Amino acid sequence: FAGLADVSISEDIPVEGEITVPVGSRSPDEDYSTLDEPVKDTIMRDLKAVAKKFVHVMYPKKSSALLRDWDLWGPLVLCVSLALMLQGGSADSKDDGGPQFAEVFVIIWFGAVVITVNSKLLGGTISFFQSLCVLGYCVLPLTVAMLVCRLVLLAGSGTVSFIIRLIVVVAMFGWSMLASTAFLADSQPPNRKALVVYPIFLFYFVISWMILTFTPQ
Amino acid sequence: GPGTMSAPGAAAGGGRSGAADWGGFEDNMQGGGSAVIDMENMDDTSGSSFEDMGEMHQRMKEEEEEAEGEAVAGEEEDGEFLGMKGLRGQLGRQVADQMWQVGKRQASRAFSLYANIDILRPYFDVEPVQVRTRLLESMIPVKMINFPQKIAGELYGPLMLVFTLVAILLHGMKTSDTIIREGTLMGTAIGTCFGYWLGVSSFIYFLAYLCNAQITMVQTLSLLGYGLFGHCITLFVTYNIHFHSLFYIFWLGVGGLSTLRMVAVLVSRTVGHTQRLILCGTLAALHMLFLLYLHFAYHKVVEGILDTLEGPNMPPFQRVARDIPIVSNAVLNTTAKAIALTL
Repeated sequence: FAGLADVSISEDIPVEGEITVPVGSRSPDEDYSTLDEPVKDTIMRDLKAVAKKFVHVMYPKKSSALLRDWDLWGPLVLCVSLALMLQGGSADSKDDGGPQFAEVFVIIWFGAVVITVNSKLLGGTISFFQSLCVLGYCVLPLTVAMLVCRLVLLAGSGTVSFIIRLIVVVAMFGWSMLASTAFLADSQPPNRKALVVYPIFLFYFVISWMILTFTPQ
Repeated sequence: GPGTMSAPGAAAGGGRSGAADWGGFEDNMQGGGSAVIDMENMDDTSGSSFEDMGEMHQRMKEEEEEAEGEAVAGEEEDGEFLGMKGLRGQLGRQVADQMWQVGKRQASRAFSLYANIDILRPYFDVEPVQVRTRLLESMIPVKMINFPQKIAGELYGPLMLVFTLVAILLHGMKTSDTIIREGTLMGTAIGTCFGYWLGVSSFIYFLAYLCNAQITMVQTLSLLGYGLFGHCITLFVTYNIHFHSLFYIFWLGVGGLSTLRMVAVLVSRTVGHTQRLILCGTLAALHMLFLLYLHFAYHKVVEGILDTLEGPNMPPFQRVARDIPIVSNAVLNTTAKAIALTL
């Protein structure tokens, strides 16, 4: 505390030194330059960042790129596409599928928020949005599984197709679990990893259940 | 005597002059300001003190920048007065910057005041071994009811058990081969489980307050939450093996054990026969009835939806046959007769 005493500024100590305007350095110059660039450049840059993170999810090495520059574009795209693909499973043609889209959306985001809050309460060092970002991106294998399931269901819906779908969904579920724990478990104290992994398991299990029990009409 | 009287006076006098010194020191600090204000806002359950030091540093830095900004803005206003247009843009930026700083600080203060999840942090301070021990203990009734039993005020285990119960309910829907409206079923499952946990806990806490039982709200939440472990096991087994008499065995056995445990803990914390009876009777009834409800009502909910959606396609006798096989009907009848005979 003694060291902080001379950091404080009081009225009777004159402010000495050069009063240069630090404004120019504080407002980042790149903001002005990115406003002037063509929209295509901005979109391509963001798309490249998202694609890079997709690659990181599919081959989960212990890199910190996913954590450092988090963004929620990828999770949004994945969530919307998954919810759209799951929507067609309503039995009644009168049902507009509205509630189902909303349910999937809410479950994914609410589940991700709960897991994040839980990991923070258990003493995790990862920030809120970083965790949301990782959990959202790790839905990618399950989205791929959903695509495969839809294609398999186009061919027919019997026991064989169910077994194929089961294998694919279980494999992708395992992949999601591996990918997310590779990123999230490191931020926890070592003896509490199991406490954080279990809700992630439940979360991806519920999503896998929704994918597996999808029946188009 | 007089000797002892003078000593406190001297000490007080010394203290006052010391306070004057300290007051002067405080005035010096007031310009920075944050050290004194921090103490008020510091939460007892906040994390490491390093975070608070970091926050103090940050505030000091912000105060510095703000003071610098003010000094510069003062200069800038003079410049503008003289008609230097180039500086007006900088003044605008300065003001905007200051507004942003003030707004950000206010928002972060409000956020940290109202959305402070650190309040819940002590309830999640568990080790995996402890969770496992408590899960197993929730099935073992204690024998010592003369001594108040310890209830861990922990919320991680109960919360995970509620979510697991939701997942098992959804899994049960899958194995009963009737998925029509996944969305509605999921909402119902989540609402039922959380409603039971929070609602019945509050009700039992209210009853405990009336019956003078020594138990806090967090402890009731924890107790009831761990009691759901029996429900999870029962439903997990009976949703995969559709045999009604097996369900009754599990209902009495597993459900009964977890109920006995909760009842024993409550009895150890309550005085008086009537109070014990009221509290434990209510808890036992609600707990057992909830398991019964979960097993049967979801079949009916699913069938009700089948009714409205599939219309005339499904002949009615098929649905009934799927849910109540003739074997278990006979078991039900014999059980009822046996109970009637014993009463």
